[in-house]
Amino acid sequence: MRRGEYLIRRLGLGILVIIGVLMITFIVSYIVPGDPARLYLGSRATPEKLAQARHELGLDQPLPLQFVSYISRILHGELGISLRTKRPILEDIKIRLPATLELVISSMMLALLIGLPIGVLGAARRGKTFDQVSRLVTIGGVSIPSFWLALVLQLFFFLYLRWLPLGGRISNEVLLAHPIQIRTGFYLIDAAISGNWVAWWDAFVHLILPVVVLATYPISLVVRMTRASMIEVLSETYITAARASGLTEREILFKLALKNALIPTLTIMGLLFAYSITGSVLVEVVFSFPGLGSYMADAILSTDIYVLFAVTMVVTLIYISVNLVIDLIQAAIDPRVRLGERGDV
Amino acid sequence: MALMNTAKRLLNRLPVPEVKQGSTIWFFRRDRMAIISLAFIISLSALAIFAPWVTPYPDQGRGEPNILQKLQTPSLTHPMGTDSLGRDVLARILFGARTSLVAGFIIVGAAVLIGTISGAVAGYFGGWIDEVIMRVTDIFLAFPPLLLAMTVAAVLEPSLKNAILAITLTWWPWYTRLARAQTLSVRERDYVKAAHGMGVKNFTIILRHIVPNIITPILVQGTLDLGAAIITVSSLSFLGLGVPPPTAEWGAMVREGREYIQIGKWWIPSFPGLALFLTTMAFNLLGDSIQVVTNPKTRGETL
Repeated sequence: MRRGEYLIRRLGLGILVIIGVLMITFIVSYIVPGDPARLYLGSRATPEKLAQARHELGLDQPLPLQFVSYISRILHGELGISLRTKRPILEDIKIRLPATLELVISSMMLALLIGLPIGVLGAARRGKTFDQVSRLVTIGGVSIPSFWLALVLQLFFFLYLRWLPLGGRISNEVLLAHPIQIRTGFYLIDAAISGNWVAWWDAFVHLILPVVVLATYPISLVVRMTRASMIEVLSETYITAARASGLTEREILFKLALKNALIPTLTIMGLLFAYSITGSVLVEVVFSFPGLGSYMADAILSTDIYVLFAVTMVVTLIYISVNLVIDLIQAAIDPRVRLGERGDV
Repeated sequence: MALMNTAKRLLNRLPVPEVKQGSTIWFFRRDRMAIISLAFIISLSALAIFAPWVTPYPDQGRGEPNILQKLQTPSLTHPMGTDSLGRDVLARILFGARTSLVAGFIIVGAAVLIGTISGAVAGYFGGWIDEVIMRVTDIFLAFPPLLLAMTVAAVLEPSLKNAILAITLTWWPWYTRLARAQTLSVRERDYVKAAHGMGVKNFTIILRHIVPNIITPILVQGTLDLGAAIITVSSLSFLGLGVPPPTAEWGAMVREGREYIQIGKWWIPSFPGLALFLTTMAFNLLGDSIQVVTNPKTRGETL
């Protein structure tokens, strides 16, 4: 397959998948046992009011027509109104998405920063104590329930040591005394731009525990993936040749081998992103972090289906785009992907 | 811990059948972590099955409140303390093990069943059937895994059945892909062609000749996924989407005990979470060992 053909096929698949995703969220909303109009008005609504609400929400139209208007509303960026708070969902998401992205991106950066070197060393000392311990610890890392780890760390660092805050994104007192000028929505970046270091430090301290908890699973996965692909790469002849030519072990590991071992690790970045953003639902609940995750958790508790569908859709669309970008980067650096040898395109 | 050591000692004392050195089982037996994990899983399953007879408080395990003895610190009578309704936390954990293990097995079992059949059908027939099935898996895999399960479980009424249903819905496509890839390599074998030539019906060929020959790697993958399935059920329960009270479930117990942590009653959410962690870890260690041992390249690398 040529580069252009690959691009067209991959984009076509992306569009197909997006239509499929929209259809599934639409179908799921019709197996809802509760009546959205009733949820909207509360249990004491009169039949006339219910009929009126159904008409307003477009629930009295035939299904295919509802699907078309559903799609056109989404294309216009209208995500509907929360059944619980009656606020426009798009506005809520705009405020909360940056908070969650700040959390997710920080934890993914932490995962790479810690995971890559440990994975490389594990491959270099394959079978030795370091490798064995790292295997045990990483299996522990993928096994630990994030919501429980969050509670345990909270118990330890807040209740016993009093080192770190219980939760939230920033202290109210700090926000009042040193307000952050919102530009990007990322507190760390916004505070740094305006040189507001008091607020920066406070936001940073609030991020520590949630980021560590959210990064536990990704760190473990990055270690295992890097180790496996490093072992593969280290057995290739060009590494032997490099050894024979007198390169130091450090140069071979971190310069020569890691570059090629990074490709499979890149594949799982999409998966890690998906994991982190859904994991944020559990973690944000424990830390009362005002992001998309706790928004979702509130919606779950009050069966606010419009919020659930809107968040599911927005997050899924981000996930699809992330995967698309990763696939295109991979196709650009690894010709085997374009040629269809990976089989799973 | 004491339990694990006893189990291990018992296991060491059993007469061991001779196993050829270098065989898969030989490597597996040398893997200490795998043996400990297996012993842990077997003991936990036994404790879960016999929970009503093992604990002195079976009624509390089922959810009967015992309000006079609420919020007691761990002691000899209540080794893991009591919860806000005075129920013995250990008894609740043992009854919770039933929920988690059963849910994990049902999810993986159902997903393997759906995945194997749809994957075998896609791989065997090829053409448009293959295209349709695989594009449907693409769409399901396009959702972040836990997210779709959360949304589906949230629009249904909260119950264990619905949580299992919601998770299975997002779980099967992985096995479909695996089964399809395996089927493609089996399809061209002579015995399949011979059966086809003799006029055996397609579905008989799939069930009799394809499925038995592709099932092993799928079952291995299923074992690897059990830990993840158990933790997913508990995550939904933690969000309030799984088992409604008073049935014991580990994630739900952490959720119920969460608010008590701030008044120093740390044992209520800590022990159920620990049980969930150790169980998931045992399944993951076992799965990892199976993977290491069955791969000739990595054999003998285990602890």
